[in-house]
Parts: sequence; C-alpha cells; structure tokens
Amino acid sequence: MLAEIFFAYFAVVIVLTSILVIASRNPVHSVLWMLLLFFHIAGLYLMLDAEFLAAIQIIIYAGAILVLFLFVVLLLNLKEEIKGRPFSRIFVIALVLAIGMAVVISSTMKLLPPGPVGQYSMDMIRATKGGNSSIIGRVMYTEFLFPFEIASTILLVAIIGAIVLAKKRLRS
Amino acid sequence: MQSSYADVARIIPEIFLTSLALLLLMMELVTKKKEFIGFIGIIGVVITAYLTLITNPGRAFSDMFIVDGYSNFFKLIFYLNVILTILISIRYLKIEGVNLGEYYSLILFATLGMMIMASGTDLIVIYLGLELMALSTYVLAGFLRHEIRSNEAALKYFLLGAFSSAFLLYGIALTYGMTGTTNLKDIASYVTQHGIAKNPVFTLSMIMFIIAFGFKIAAAPFHMWAPDTYEGAPTSITAFMSVGPKAAGFAAMGRVFFDALGPIRLDWVAVIIPIAILTMAVGNIIAISQTNIKRMLAYSSIAHAGYALLGLIAGGSEGLSSMMNYLLIYAFMNVGAFAVIIMLRREGFKGEDIDDYSGLAKRHPLAAGLMLVFMFSLTGIPPTAGFVGKFYLFMSAIRAGYTGLVIVAVIFSAISAYFYLRIVMYMYMREPKAEVELSTSAPLGIALAITVAGVLILGVFPSIVIHLAKASLLG
Amino acid sequence: MSIFETIIQPDTFDVLIKIGIILLKIVIVVAAAMLHVMYATYFERKSIGHMQVRLGPMEVGPHGVLQPIADGVKLFFKEDIIPADADKPVFYIAPVISLVAALSSLSVIPFFKGFVIANINIGLLFILAMSSLGAYGIIISGWASNSKYSFLGGLRSSAQVISYEIAMGLSLVGVMMMAGSLNISDIVNAQAAYPLRVYAIPQMLGFFVFMVAGIAETNRAPFDLPEAESELVAGYFVEYSGIRFAMFYLSEYIGMIVISLIAVVCFLGGWSGPFDIPYVPFAWLLLKVYFFIFFYYWIRATLPRYRYDQLMSLGWKLLIPLALLNIVITGIAKLML
Repeated sequence: MLAEIFFAYFAVVIVLTSILVIASRNPVHSVLWMLLLFFHIAGLYLMLDAEFLAAIQIIIYAGAILVLFLFVVLLLNLKEEIKGRPFSRIFVIALVLAIGMAVVISSTMKLLPPGPVGQYSMDMIRATKGGNSSIIGRVMYTEFLFPFEIASTILLVAIIGAIVLAKKRLRS
Repeated sequence: MQSSYADVARIIPEIFLTSLALLLLMMELVTKKKEFIGFIGIIGVVITAYLTLITNPGRAFSDMFIVDGYSNFFKLIFYLNVILTILISIRYLKIEGVNLGEYYSLILFATLGMMIMASGTDLIVIYLGLELMALSTYVLAGFLRHEIRSNEAALKYFLLGAFSSAFLLYGIALTYGMTGTTNLKDIASYVTQHGIAKNPVFTLSMIMFIIAFGFKIAAAPFHMWAPDTYEGAPTSITAFMSVGPKAAGFAAMGRVFFDALGPIRLDWVAVIIPIAILTMAVGNIIAISQTNIKRMLAYSSIAHAGYALLGLIAGGSEGLSSMMNYLLIYAFMNVGAFAVIIMLRREGFKGEDIDDYSGLAKRHPLAAGLMLVFMFSLTGIPPTAGFVGKFYLFMSAIRAGYTGLVIVAVIFSAISAYFYLRIVMYMYMREPKAEVELSTSAPLGIALAITVAGVLILGVFPSIVIHLAKASLLG
Repeated sequence: MSIFETIIQPDTFDVLIKIGIILLKIVIVVAAAMLHVMYATYFERKSIGHMQVRLGPMEVGPHGVLQPIADGVKLFFKEDIIPADADKPVFYIAPVISLVAALSSLSVIPFFKGFVIANINIGLLFILAMSSLGAYGIIISGWASNSKYSFLGGLRSSAQVISYEIAMGLSLVGVMMMAGSLNISDIVNAQAAYPLRVYAIPQMLGFFVFMVAGIAETNRAPFDLPEAESELVAGYFVEYSGIRFAMFYLSEYIGMIVISLIAVVCFLGGWSGPFDIPYVPFAWLLLKVYFFIFFYYWIRATLPRYRYDQLMSLGWKLLIPLALLNIVITGIAKLML
C-alpha cells in the first residue's frame, strides 16, 4: 500500500514536471523543473532497489548534464526568448498528435502480456552483498561486456566530435 | 557467461578498425600532411576487409554478435564506401579548408558502427552500433563549421536522428517488457511459444522499429531531414551518408524484421508496402523540381531506398540477396556521381547547380562521359549495373507475388529518367555558360575508375555479385 | 539497506519507532553541525588573524568566544532585501537548495562505530550526488539575483563544479576499489588492515587529487573564483542579505566540514585511531576533521587566488589524468596482490 502511494506520488510529479519543462516560458525555469524531474526518477529507481542507478541518475544527469544545460541557457538572451511565442504555430496539430499517441500507447500497454521473471529480482538483489552496485558491475563486465565497450567508443566519438566542432582551429 | 578468446577472435576486424581510427587520431597530432592519414586509412581498411574474410563465421558474446555471410557482404559494402569516400575527400577537404585528420578517424568510427549494426544479433548491440554510426555522421555533416548550411545540416540530422533513436529505444523497451530478452532469435521463439505474436504491444513495437529504421534509410514520410542534410553536408560526406548509413539501416532492418519480427511478417509487410510506394513517389516526384544537384541526388537516394525496400518486402533469400546486390551497386553508382560533383568544386565555385553542368561535354568530355554512365545507371538503363540491380529486385518481388507493387515501382522508375537524363541533356545539348575548371587529383581519378568499372562490369557480368550475395545468404 | 526499505515496513509500530530514532539522530547531527559551523568561523578568524599577526575577534566575550553567537543573532534579525528585478521564487529557493544539499550529505557519514543516520550501500555516491546538487544553489542564485557580479559568479561556479566534480569522483574510485564497497562504514572498516589504519598511504595520489578537488568544490581559496571579492564583490551571493545570506554562509562551512569528513573516513581511517579514547567514540574523527579544517584556513592564508584559465587547466590537465592514473595503479595492484 505504502509502495503504491509512493509510486503514485512519483508518477504524478514526473508527469507534471515534464509538462512544466516544456511549458515554461523561461528556459532557466525549464531546467529547474527538469532537475526536479530527475530527482523523482531517481526516487522511482530507489523504489526498485536500484540505488546505484538512482545515484548515477543524479550525479550524471543532474550534476553534469543539466549543469551544462544551465550554463548554456544562462548565456541566452532571456528577455528576447520570453517575448517570443511560447509554442510554434503547429502547436495544435502537435498536441492532437501527442494526445493521440498517448491514447494509442496507453491503451496498448493495458494489453501487455506479463513478461518472464528474470534472474535479477528484488529479493536476489537484496540478498547480494553490495546490492545493486555490485550486480550491475558484474553484469556489465561479463554478460554485457561487448555492448559496454561499444558504448565507450560512442563516448570517445562524442569527445572527438565536440573538439572538432568547437575547439579545433582551422588553418585556412 | 565469461567472454572467451573465441568471442574476441570474431570481432578482430572491428578491433582492428577501432585501433586504426585511434592511430589516425594520433597521427593527426604529428603529421603535417593530412593526405598521408587518408592513405594509411585506406590501407588499414583493406587490411580490415582481409581480416573480415578470414574471420571464422559464428556467434560471439553469448549470441550478441554474429559473423556470417550476410554481415560480411554488408561489411564489404561499407569498406567499399569508406575507401571511395576517403579517395574523393583528399583533395576536396583542402578546397573546403577543413583539412583535419579527425575527419578520417570519424569516418572509420562511423563505419565501425555500421559493421556492428550489420553483425548485431541483439537489439542493444544494434542500437549502440546505430548510435556510434549516427553520432559520427552528425559530426561529419557539420564538418564545414564555418558554413551555415553545414551547421543546419548537422543540426537537423542530429535532432531528427535523436528523435528516431528514441523510437527505436521505445520499441526495444516494449519487446523487452514482453519477452524479457533483447536477443533477436529469442524474441521470435518466445513470442511464438507463448502465442503472443498477435498481441497489439508487439505490433506497436514493430511500428516503432519501422519508424526508427525508416529515419535511417530516409524512407518517406521519415525522409524530411535528408534533403537539407545532404545539401548542407560536405559533398564527400553526402556521398558517404547516402550509401553507408542507408545500407547499415537495411542490414539491421533485415535482421530485426526477419529474425525477431518473423512471426508477424505479414503485418510488417503490410506496413512497409505503403511506405515503399510513398518513398518512391516522394523521391522521384520531388526530385524533378530540384535545381541543386546535391538536393536532387538526396531525393534520388530517398527513391532508391524505396526500391530497396522491395527486396525486404519480397523476403526470402532471393529478396534479401537482390536488396544486398542493389545496395552494393548503388554504392558504386552514387559515390561515382558524387565524385563527379566534387570534381566541379574548386575555390570560389560551388558547382552544385544543375545549370553549372551546361555544356560540360564540350569542355570536359571525359567527366561528362562518366556522369552520363552514372546517371544512366541511376535511372536503370542497360548495360549499366543500375539496370541489373533493379531487374533482380523487381524479379524477386514479382516472384513473391507483389506484381502490383512492381508495376508502381517501374512507373516511378520511368519518371526518374526525367531528372537524371536532364543532367545528361544539360551536359550534351546546352552551350557552356561559364568557364568550368575541374579540380582533379589522382585519388579522385582512382575513385572514378573504381566506380565506373564497378558500374560497367557489374552491368555486363551481373552474375558475379548475384552469386556472391546468394552464396553469402546460404553460407 | 536502502532508505525505502527502512521506511516501507508492514509493521506500523516498528516503523514509527524507526522513524523516531532517525529523526532523533537527524536532530543531533544537525545541531552538532550547526554548533561546529559557528565555531569553525570563530576558529577561522582566529587562526587567520594569528597567521597575519593580528588578534582576530576580541571584543564579545573573553577572547571573542561569543562572537559567532552575536553574528548569528545579527544575521537573523537583519532585513531580507530582494533586488527589484530578481526572479523571486528562484531567488528564494537557491540558498535553501545549497543548505539542504550540504546537510543531506551528513546523513550518510558514520561519526563513530554504528552511528550513522542512513547506512546505505551507495553512501559515497550519495555524497557526490548531493555535492552536485549543491552547485545548483550557487548557479541559480547567481542568475536569479539579476546582477552582473552574481551572474558572473554563477557562471564561473558552474564551469568549476563540472570540471572538479569529475576529478573528485575519480579520485574516490581508488578507495572504492580497495574497499570493494560504496558503503562508507565498510570503507572505514576495510582500512583497518592497512598501515596506520589509513588508505592515505596506498592512495596517495587519490588523496592529493581529492583534497585539491575538494577545496575547489567548496569554493574556498585559492579556488574561490565564484565569490572573488576583488573582482566580483562577493560573487553569487552579492545580493543576498539577512537569513538567506546566513544560509549560504552555513552551507559553505558545512560543505567544508563534509569534505573534511569524507577525507577522514575515506583516507584517514574515520573514527579509528592509534588507541581508543573512552566515552568519546568520535574523538579521533573530530580531531582529524579539525586538522583538515585548519588545513583549509592555512591554505587560504598562504596561497593567492588562481586565475580562471589556470584553474581550468589544473582541473582538466593535471587532476583528472592523475586520478585516472591512480585508478590504473590501484587496479594493477589489486590484480597482482
């Protein structure tokens, strides 16, 4: 029962804050709503005993990525931004499409057949020493070693890309 | 589930290519002559191709990765594409003033992503390969960062690409929630065993996959990014993008749709058929009104994605092999056409308007002749390879019983003759307007030689590649 | 045990008792922290004063010992001024974020054997998460004040925090690898097997990087660019006054104490010492923490402020590579032993 109440709280706040992120006129406020959103997502992870993910969610998303967003947004000319139309002209069409998609997805999701119970249940995680973090570490370096390595290459490419596009002086 | 050396042995080509890309990155620091980096890149890719051929076929990393004829064939397309792209880039980068070593390294990383997509048998691996490829191409599309068109190209490509990735992830999440696995074969077997193939959730995830891959292969109505991106990106990268990511998209699509979504084949065929028709219609009809040749080729590339979809619809070893064939042939003819476009580019002259081709035959008969061959091939006129490719595609679709679809495709193919042959008409029947000088170089010449040879030889002796494609599917 | 597991229990009575105990612990820790902060300011003024051959506060009480209390009363009753064009909600919330983040970090730190508010598995990550949250207080206060000085302070702070958080997180990885756990009590216990019961010797590199990054994270001299008084008056909190100013002040000092606490529990063996002191189980911890706090003041009195580009290149070109090197060395050592 308590778990349901917590879930309902997180779910409602997540939906509300994500709407506020896109609806705020002021980009700085959007970023702050997003911060709140990330914290509630971390809360959902905690409910699943995925504490490592929760911490990483805050450290990476709130602590690094969102700070960068804020850094960029702070450099915008907000006075001009706020004067503009909050939504573009096709807002109505987009809204109808979005609601339609939400209806389709939510009505389909009701029919989701229960999937198989996996190996990493909450009981299993609780029984393991080190909990969630140690299991994620183990899985990442054995079962998912190959995808993990690809992901590291993706990050490398992102760094190269950032340097090429932003830093490198052209000798022309 | 520890990974063993046998697993690692299967990804030696990928490891080699990664090391090569890193080596090029290091060389950028110490080498003044950036062309040299390009040459090393080509040699490395040739070695990678050799390594690919000698790798033992089989599965690796607890069935996340596979080396088989299908993946090897696609990898050969990627190698061909990357070699040709490097060859046509070497002079071009200097003209554009962006002669940076990172360019080659990023191209190799993009190719690595494509290889992983072609070999991935797990949705996670396919997704990561796709991201690796996409991220590298986003950067490459914006490589001319002093030019606003290039910025626009990169930004549009990036935003819509990220959007489409979200669809792919959502599709993966849905199938995972249903089946508890991301392995392609396991998904299909779980779904059939539990009799949930007709579940709407599975259908929804199928639609998500179609949207996501539709973006990558630029099929209508998910093609919106293609014209602006192709026009704004550096021409060499346009050539690269129009072949590589598209082929990789088809490779992953073939695996996902036949292996994982095999149980609902009729459903996805029913969705893809209208997409194929729309893609051919949009590509061929809008191309008619273009005045910029890169933009025209962008729409042409959309149209060709529509043709290639026929192979996917036809299915079976015949349909798939004709699709693979077509993509290989398309690599030759499209990169060849872009190589000619690059020849027209020099300092202070874009050479991208169709008008610029007026009377090219009088001043530069060889260049015009090559362009003529490529345009004929893109139209599908014998004895060029384009004809062979289309012929086998249409044949496989007819044999699979999609005669109506083929008739539509033939009609659109006929329409396409208008805009391809218009360029030929400009070159041969108009008076030259301005002095057009060509910026030729040895690498560009080699690229043109390879492409024109490919187009003509495969046009005359199609059996080489047909057998190769079929054998790779069976073997 | 996760926080949720502690709270979500079927037995309500049990739950109430547990919540009561947690609340009691929180009150104790917060009260103790506040007291220490008050006297940390006194300690700072005195030690810096003596380093500069002055006396420091002398007027209120003998040797000025009541000075912090007088300061507190003054700040509490001062007028709370809000700039005309400030973004009010954000302006209000910024100091609260800073203070909450600083105080929450205290909840996972073990002060002596068995005494920790929340003994969670990811203690170390939680602290990193809270320190990244604390940066928001600074950044958005700088923006919301609608003043160029505080804005520049906020911008500087955001860049500084991103750069140094990486170094700080990486410097702790060596500790995590040696202890094989992210739980801070486990980390303290694991140190018992090492010389002097500390990790500071095998983790020298990590310790060094952590201390430098820690000073930068708390925006203290010589990395106090967000509040550089010679160029930005007071940086991000230039427009704040009264109780809100006090909150920033508090969070800065609590942040300093937290960083010292992490240094003590991760590198200097936490509450353990060469011999046990009866009845005061936290004596060693306190001693070590005050050593670090003195260290902060010492550095402040000694070193001039860094220039901005020097700060960035120090973070990215020296600290991060060093921290990575430390991880590699620790990994190799762990494999060999």
